[in-house]
Amino acid sequence: MSSAPAGASTRAVATTYGDGRRGWRLAVSAVAALAAVPVGLLAVSILTPTASVWSLWWRTALPSMLVTTTLLLVATVALALVLGGGLAWLVGRYRFPGQGLFSWLLVLPLAVPAYVLGFCYLGLLDHPGPVQRGLRALFGADVGLPDVRSLPMAVLVLALATYPYVYLLARAALTEQTAATYEAARVLGHGPLQAARRVVLPLARPSLAAGAALVAMETLTDFATVQYFNVQTVSVAVYQVWNGMYDRVAATEIASLVLIFAIVVIALERVARGRARFHQGGGARAVEPVRLSGARAWVATGVCSVVVGIAFVVPVVQLAAWAVAARLDSQGQGASGLDARYLDYLVNSLTVAGLTAVGCAALAVVVASGTRLGGRASTRRMARLATVGYAVPGPVVAIGVLTILAAADQALDSVGLPWGGVLVSGTLGGLVYAYVVRFLALAHNTVEASLDKVAPSMTDAALTLGASPRTVVRRVHLPLVRSGVGVALVLVAVDALKELPVVLLLRPFGFETLAVWVYQLASESRWEQAGLPALTIVAVALVPVVLLFRRNLAVPPQAGM
Amino acid sequence: MTSAAAASPGPVLALRGVIKHFGATAALDGISLDIRTGELLAVVGPSGCGKSTMLRAVAGLMRIDAGQIMLRSRVVAGPGTFVPPERRAVGVVFQDLALFPHLDVTDNVSFGLDRRRRGRLGGRRNSRRVAEVLEMVGLEPLGRRYPHELSGGEQQRVALARALAPEPAVVLLDEPFSHLDRNLRATVREHTVDVLRAAGATGVFVTHDQEEALAAGDRLAVMRAGRLDQVATPEEVFHRPVTRFVATFLGEADFVPGQRRDRHVDTVLGTLPVTEAGSGPCRVMLRPHEIGLDADPTGDAVVTQTEFRGATVLHHVRLGEGTAVRGLRPHTSPLSVGSRVRVRPLVDHPLAVFPDLTRVPNVAPEVLER
Repeated sequence: MSSAPAGASTRAVATTYGDGRRGWRLAVSAVAALAAVPVGLLAVSILTPTASVWSLWWRTALPSMLVTTTLLLVATVALALVLGGGLAWLVGRYRFPGQGLFSWLLVLPLAVPAYVLGFCYLGLLDHPGPVQRGLRALFGADVGLPDVRSLPMAVLVLALATYPYVYLLARAALTEQTAATYEAARVLGHGPLQAARRVVLPLARPSLAAGAALVAMETLTDFATVQYFNVQTVSVAVYQVWNGMYDRVAATEIASLVLIFAIVVIALERVARGRARFHQGGGARAVEPVRLSGARAWVATGVCSVVVGIAFVVPVVQLAAWAVAARLDSQGQGASGLDARYLDYLVNSLTVAGLTAVGCAALAVVVASGTRLGGRASTRRMARLATVGYAVPGPVVAIGVLTILAAADQALDSVGLPWGGVLVSGTLGGLVYAYVVRFLALAHNTVEASLDKVAPSMTDAALTLGASPRTVVRRVHLPLVRSGVGVALVLVAVDALKELPVVLLLRPFGFETLAVWVYQLASESRWEQAGLPALTIVAVALVPVVLLFRRNLAVPPQAGM
Repeated sequence: MTSAAAASPGPVLALRGVIKHFGATAALDGISLDIRTGELLAVVGPSGCGKSTMLRAVAGLMRIDAGQIMLRSRVVAGPGTFVPPERRAVGVVFQDLALFPHLDVTDNVSFGLDRRRRGRLGGRRNSRRVAEVLEMVGLEPLGRRYPHELSGGEQQRVALARALAPEPAVVLLDEPFSHLDRNLRATVREHTVDVLRAAGATGVFVTHDQEEALAAGDRLAVMRAGRLDQVATPEEVFHRPVTRFVATFLGEADFVPGQRRDRHVDTVLGTLPVTEAGSGPCRVMLRPHEIGLDADPTGDAVVTQTEFRGATVLHHVRLGEGTAVRGLRPHTSPLSVGSRVRVRPLVDHPLAVFPDLTRVPNVAPEVLER
């Protein structure tokens, strides 16, 4: 915003942009309904349980599933908190060799989806894998690791894949904290650790709670990774009931159970956050970092290296090795040596990701502009409702969409149209719809933040010059939020490309994407073939990580070095 | 300077009992106002008095709770009627100018033209109008510049040109000079007034700067807490304020007690002519330039404080019976604090007179303020 002179327009007069357009309010409400109905349907299903389904499940798998899910959630969240929070503290408060570099390298694992990380370590550590082979060669045939396909390994993999959420939020919270608070605690007689415990940690609590909630949601969404490790969670059950038995009623019931878990997570986050709203405005001096030296410095560097190594470098190298091996194996078969399916599935992935990204960006512009042009507080609430799909686990959205499609099928049937069952058996439309619901929040937050930087008077000016609201959006809002829309497109496309649970539940019969292919190959322990597609996903997922977070985490140049 | 306004017929913009509440506070508390064609009206008042709310209501950027707004005799806001801003033909120069940063000067100025004229002929007429308006504001060589490539004063002119281009019924200017440096402000203001006059435009501009309001408006509307205290020419508002608020807001004023006899008031400063006939105790308004101070060891007034004003020095003086007044002396011959003076009214016209509420028992404080 270079043209608007500073120091203008700080008046308290309510800005209402032509005082509210019903059409735009309706548009925002329509998008909110689109997003909220799938989730709402499952919420209704919680209240109206189908007794026959539950009694069967209660007698069989349900109790152990509930215990497993709870254990997995608690352990993963705890480990991710320790990793993410600890590393944020380490890079945020200390200076050691490589500290500046690690501050953003530690985000890279965000680009390795858990279902990729999981099969990398299965391949490495399983009985036939290189590690155990090496152990046997060294110590004899009886030597081996405990069973790799176990709950603790699932926890480790999920925590390594999700700790960057905690890390990012904790880093932000630490950066926001001003030196004054910490120094006040020190001056009042607290040692560094005591000050951390009594001041820094409580101040970072809301961020840690938010990070923990994100990790819990990711864990709850996942049913691919945990299946590698033979861990039976409620989300796995949703997948098995739907994909194995096509029992929509039972799948809906169990998905509503997933939703209950999600609601508990959200409730716990609210409790953990309490009434805390700690904002220490920016601009103030940050806490002076402590310079580590000698052995302590190298321990710090070592810890960071190990985490980045395990969570990013090792899996990427392993994937590359597998990809090369697969290529050598297949030489002589095809001209290119490339599996022909690779390109097909890549195109499928890009198609779905592209459609989703465009859909989300378009709706985000409608919602953000509609919130501005629609006036009224209720429009704002509607806009928030439109982002609900990101706050609940993927299977909940997927089964909710499935329910809508089934209802549409029935309606078509009852009018005598011949395509009964077509929608449920899966169309690309259903999948893209679910993805838009799931990822709209990503696009909305980005576009809204962009539009917030466009002064309200800009909208007013265009209106008073005779432009209709639609023209205002086209000629003023869109050109000014272009970069925000670009970021939204990238974020959504990448997330849609690497997403697995929803596409597994909703893909049309025979429709494969890279993510689905990786999962299938990995389930069959065909690591080498899975190498290239998995590496592709990681490469694509790196784009937003590098683009967005490297800049945000940029460390100020160290004085005197 | 008032000739354009004097010659013109009926109101181009009229407000009738306009009310707007934000929660419990009334931002507009029954505003009635007529603005004549070609007139430049300054709306002046302290921050938060509702003057910007009034502009937003006229522009259609905000609905009103009650009353009526008419533009060119058409009701644009009133019971059951609300014409949205894009159909009101009102030009606005926003406080932050709100130039479109992604458009160059020409595209900014033609923004309001595009939708009304289509086709090649329309396009040619548009570019002619843009050239015309840019010439009017003296920016014709800068048409291809972007807003961020212009100085503050130039941006101001683009905003004015953009508002004028569609030939609106009325141009509203919301604190249009507040973002400019103080030394630039007067120049830009004069230029803006000249352009508005040359364009024959009707303008309403809002300001909290009394000097600006007195210098630029054909008429002034003095606003306080959602109400209009007085709407009149600058001279009349300055010399014959109808409330004490108007008197003090538009300049320094002191109120000397006295006894009114018809059109004269007997005070400690002698008998002074006043604007309104009456009788009994009252207070006469005197501004510092109407108070002469002569050093006189036998005088019964004492200098209590001095303020350096550049060319002049403002002296606070306590009269013998306790009344405080302020008077000016050239900076070459200031008087020192504590010196005795004789106070001499320099009056060549009847003075404003207010009831002496301090001597009336049981007067509510808000009445006293008036």
